[in-house]
Amino acid sequence: MSTMTQTTVQVYMMFIKASPEEIWDAITKPEFTSRYFHGSLVDSTFEAGTPYRSWSPDRSTLWVEGDVLDSDPPRRLSHTWRSLYNEETAGEEASRVTWEIEPQDGGFSKLVVVHDQLEGAPKTAESVSGAGWMMVLSGLKTLLETGEPLGS
Amino acid sequence: MNDDPVFKALADPTRRQLLDRLFERDGRSLTELESDLAMTRFGVMKHLRVLEDAGLVVTRRSGREKLHYLNPVPIRLIHDRWIDKYTERRVSALADLKHELEETA
Repeated sequence: MSTMTQTTVQVYMMFIKASPEEIWDAITKPEFTSRYFHGSLVDSTFEAGTPYRSWSPDRSTLWVEGDVLDSDPPRRLSHTWRSLYNEETAGEEASRVTWEIEPQDGGFSKLVVVHDQLEGAPKTAESVSGAGWMMVLSGLKTLLETGEPLGS
Repeated sequence: MNDDPVFKALADPTRRQLLDRLFERDGRSLTELESDLAMTRFGVMKHLRVLEDAGLVVTRRSGREKLHYLNPVPIRLIHDRWIDKYTERRVSALADLKHELEETA
């Protein structure tokens, strides 16, 4: 198997049987993120210009730090991202994560997550690619569709 | 969601080749993708369309260009639904066998 070359833009798209409002809540409320996002607790008012933070499950350590760039509930959220969860990535430049939610027919919504501006964050790019975002997003989908976290 | 479009999209060597090329380097234009395929531009477009309809490729505009990105999510979901299930049983059968052999040893 060949290794994936560094990419500075990563795109993930999935259909979830949930409303845009439910997906928005799952992204922006710590009681949801704790159940699919490595146990982390998101912490932000989700207004442009305010901080975006994600804490370890016991709130002792900041795992992700950034700023909200753009917010249009429940359709679009964009924020910067610095991975403080490990030493190698903590010193890297900020990248950007954008969530786009579009309602579809039949009670589904389309969720597109774009992690880009990774030019100054190659270790972060490596850490979130492959199983990284995929585990988080399939956990999000499973939680919204079944009410249970992935693997329970 | 329905798995059929994903399986259909994967059941073609040119489309699998396009996915491999995006895996090597993501975010390519049609011109780049058609450059080393022995196929007309229209043929490549048709294949990309099938991949896009299956959710395996997502396009984004970047200035005047339309760039194609590999979306790994549908393959992951098929893996979870169709592959994990069968490989897990085999692994657990081996684990049972080991357990049994160790018990009787």
